[in-house]
Amino acid sequence: MPSLKDLKNRIESVKSTRKITKAMQMVAAAKLRRAQESAEAARPYAERMEAVLGNLAAGAANSPSAPRLLKGSGSDETHLLIVATAERGLCGGFNASIAKLARTHAESLLAQGKTVKILTVGKKGREQLKRTLADHFVGHVDLSGAKRVEYAHAHDIAHTALNGFAKGEFDVVTIFFSRFHSVINQEPTALQLIPAVFDADADVGSATNYEYEPEEEAILADLLPRSVATQVFTALLENGASEQGARMSAMDNATRNAGEMIDKLTIEYNRSRQAAITSELIEIISGAEAL
Amino acid sequence: MADKMQFDLVSPERKLASLEADQVQLPGAEGDMTAMPNHAPFLTTLRPGLVRVVAGSEVTEYVITGGFAEISPEGATILAEEALPKAEATKEKLEAFLEKAKADLEQASDEAREAAALRVNDHHELFIRHAV
Repeated sequence: MPSLKDLKNRIESVKSTRKITKAMQMVAAAKLRRAQESAEAARPYAERMEAVLGNLAAGAANSPSAPRLLKGSGSDETHLLIVATAERGLCGGFNASIAKLARTHAESLLAQGKTVKILTVGKKGREQLKRTLADHFVGHVDLSGAKRVEYAHAHDIAHTALNGFAKGEFDVVTIFFSRFHSVINQEPTALQLIPAVFDADADVGSATNYEYEPEEEAILADLLPRSVATQVFTALLENGASEQGARMSAMDNATRNAGEMIDKLTIEYNRSRQAAITSELIEIISGAEAL
Repeated sequence: MADKMQFDLVSPERKLASLEADQVQLPGAEGDMTAMPNHAPFLTTLRPGLVRVVAGSEVTEYVITGGFAEISPEGATILAEEALPKAEATKEKLEAFLEKAKADLEQASDEAREAAALRVNDHHELFIRHAV
């Protein structure tokens, strides 16, 4: 049976934990709003880009001179997996679920006898994959210094992927990130960047006959690398929002649990205080009776 | 002519402008061009350069580092890689763009060399003519 003093100390310590988790929750809520705003701001560009490319790609897909980024390098032996996670923990299952999806994917590729290379973005994912897949790491992008995700980051990552693809270091590039649906719902997603995939129905709406300058294929060759960067950027932004959302709900849970624990400890504290008083009273009364 | 066109300028990070304009001058890949209302549907890549938007008596200018433009009879949309209002295009910023273009040229593969060299050229012109 812990003493009254012990109980009191424990209540105090749980209370300060609750303060911290509460504060983290509020910070995450504020950051989430900002992350959502930047995701919102990036949307028009990404949508326009996809619409135009969908249109172009539909026409060029069957032509023999289509850019390699569109039709692929003709093999699918070497896969590059870009695993985007957070720089920090304490956000529930966020990092773990992305890492798990990437690991499952990597393992199934390995089982098929393909070569797998992994580029990690964010150190949490790297730590989680290090145990089983460390041999496949080819690089790491550290975003811990950055206050927010900028297009330049995405551009650099895309650049690495495109260069490697051009040199034939890998044939297929897939990015893993978490798509943001709501504060309590984020979905780990795998998106293939190279060769580019377009929604079959994306080109239906905008079937205008454009004039092109330079010709269609030159434009396509110019736009595809940009579209890769845009997709990486969108993925990073979604990831940022998801991370804050996941952290917010994780911290909300923690705050609630701390509250419950405080209630329980307080009851225990009161009960033992009462027991102590009762036993003191009994001592006094039986002492008086003995006289 | 009373006709107006809808002009949008977006970069990956934000929407810079969205307004009704009379005409838009933009640095097309194969020469500067002006888009006016009821232009035929047109798609072009852009060089680094200056975009001039004329709306009534107001003229707004933006510096862009490349991208592409989609022009339709109803309006024009520029998807710029990076864009900033001309007033913010300081000497330092333009110089940074120029340096970056030069660095890209250093690393460019043989097939991309020509395009990268042209970009350096354009950035150089931008720097000399428009640095404030």
